[in-house]
Amino acid sequence: MSKPKLLWLQSISCNGNAHSFLNHPELFSILAHFELIYHPILETNYSLEDIIKKRVECNVLILEGSFVQEGFLKAGVEVSSVIEYYAKRAKDIITVGTCATFGGIFKQKEPDKISGFAFDIEEKTTRYEAYASKLISLPGCPIHPRWLSFVLLMIANGKKLEIDRLHRPVELYGYTVHMGCTRNEYFEWKVDAKNFGLKEGCLFYEQGCQAPFTRGSCNKILWNDTSSKTRVGTPCFGCTEATFPQSSLFFTKTNMGIPAKMPLGVPRRAYLTLTGVTKSFKIKRFSQRLLEYDE
Amino acid sequence: MSILKIAEKKALKRESIIQTALQLFASQGFHKTTIPDIAKKLKMSVGNLYNYFASKDILAKEIIKYTSESLGTKIREVNDTDASSEEKIHQIVTLYFTMAKEKPEMIEYFLRVYLSNREVFNDGCEGMICVSGFITEIMIFFDDGVSSGELRDQDFFSAFGLFMGYLGGMVFLKGEDVLPQEIEFYIDDISRNIYNALKA
Ligand code: SF4
Ligand code: SF4
Repeated sequence: MSKPKLLWLQSISCNGNAHSFLNHPELFSILAHFELIYHPILETNYSLEDIIKKRVECNVLILEGSFVQEGFLKAGVEVSSVIEYYAKRAKDIITVGTCATFGGIFKQKEPDKISGFAFDIEEKTTRYEAYASKLISLPGCPIHPRWLSFVLLMIANGKKLEIDRLHRPVELYGYTVHMGCTRNEYFEWKVDAKNFGLKEGCLFYEQGCQAPFTRGSCNKILWNDTSSKTRVGTPCFGCTEATFPQSSLFFTKTNMGIPAKMPLGVPRRAYLTLTGVTKSFKIKRFSQRLLEYDE
Repeated sequence: MSILKIAEKKALKRESIIQTALQLFASQGFHKTTIPDIAKKLKMSVGNLYNYFASKDILAKEIIKYTSESLGTKIREVNDTDASSEEKIHQIVTLYFTMAKEKPEMIEYFLRVYLSNREVFNDGCEGMICVSGFITEIMIFFDDGVSSGELRDQDFFSAFGLFMGYLGGMVFLKGEDVLPQEIEFYIDDISRNIYNALKA
């Protein structure tokens, strides 16, 4: 049986997801399940001209970058028309990154014109109906290489992926980024981090951590197989969310000390009641350094 | 009698103990009031009263939760309306002063028992635990006011102290019989003062 033909095409993009995927430790054994027709960085047997002239076949289409209806040309050709040509023929379409999925960073340039491939933030674009049956969304800025390899291997093995209403695989986006963070105890007891880079304290109260209302598995499938942003002490910026990029990162918006955004699905009354109770206790262990070294 | 009826009756009895104890604690002082005093006023045996509350300290803590919940429930009704923060302030001041007039023991208890006998409440009612029913609603009131742009964003306790300290102070003056007028006389002015201090 011939291998599925894989095309990686870009619209308005920074290459971030293409680069991120190169970090996969098993990159070539994953790609070995496919015939790589085109990739923006890796060499293949075909040129961009072959793609533009529509000389190749496509089974799995990976899309990176945000979209405009018209006016974005590469080599003199309207990019979205080339992409739609292959999108019609592909069996699976994967939008990688928040730009291709929801609009992302590039949308900020012209918010009324620029969108994702099938979604404009969370609204369906005119393309949606035509491609919904084969669409998989992988938002992230950039995506984790293992999120993509998971999807590719499921496709290569003919397995069905469960997806949510925005077409994100539930195995990856059913979690919040908050789940699995090593700072969870500090979140429970409302102890905030006194500075960046410290092992102690939670970043939700002062430093703008968006993980409690951001879907993703950054604290389950670790970055570089080693760690995560929040574990090392940098707040989550919510890069997987349709509303990314928000402003005032590194800063938690509060109303008289009450966080303006609640953890996913938690009613404000429930959150505030619990906060009032936990804040009434001072637990010694949480005011101490985690690791004490002898001088 | 069905199990449900028994449970209902017990709940009613429990509430009447709380209310009677509340009155006695507020009027005679916490230390001067004994469990036999409360039982006597309720015409029940001391032993039976201990079936409901194992000690005077436990009863004291249940009372503060009870008063905080009942004030919280009333403020929640205000929070759940579409009124402006200015109107809500007026409503909260009104209901607080009405409570001070109709059930003075509730507020007296808070000011004279809860705040003055911290040693009784330190174990089990630390910080905000027993008053969270009330504090949570005040937080929601502030949060709504700031997010709608009507109130100025500031530290929670600066705003809370201004609002509740003011109301508590007035009720305290009333309790000392210092106020020349009935307490509702002050509602409009006080509401305006609070609004002016908190508005954006
Ligand atoms: S730092 Fe962020 S992810 Fe970690 S516990 Fe706090 S809120 Fe959750
Ligand atoms: S931690 Fe947050 S900002 Fe960082 S990659 Fe994960 S979702 Fe994006």
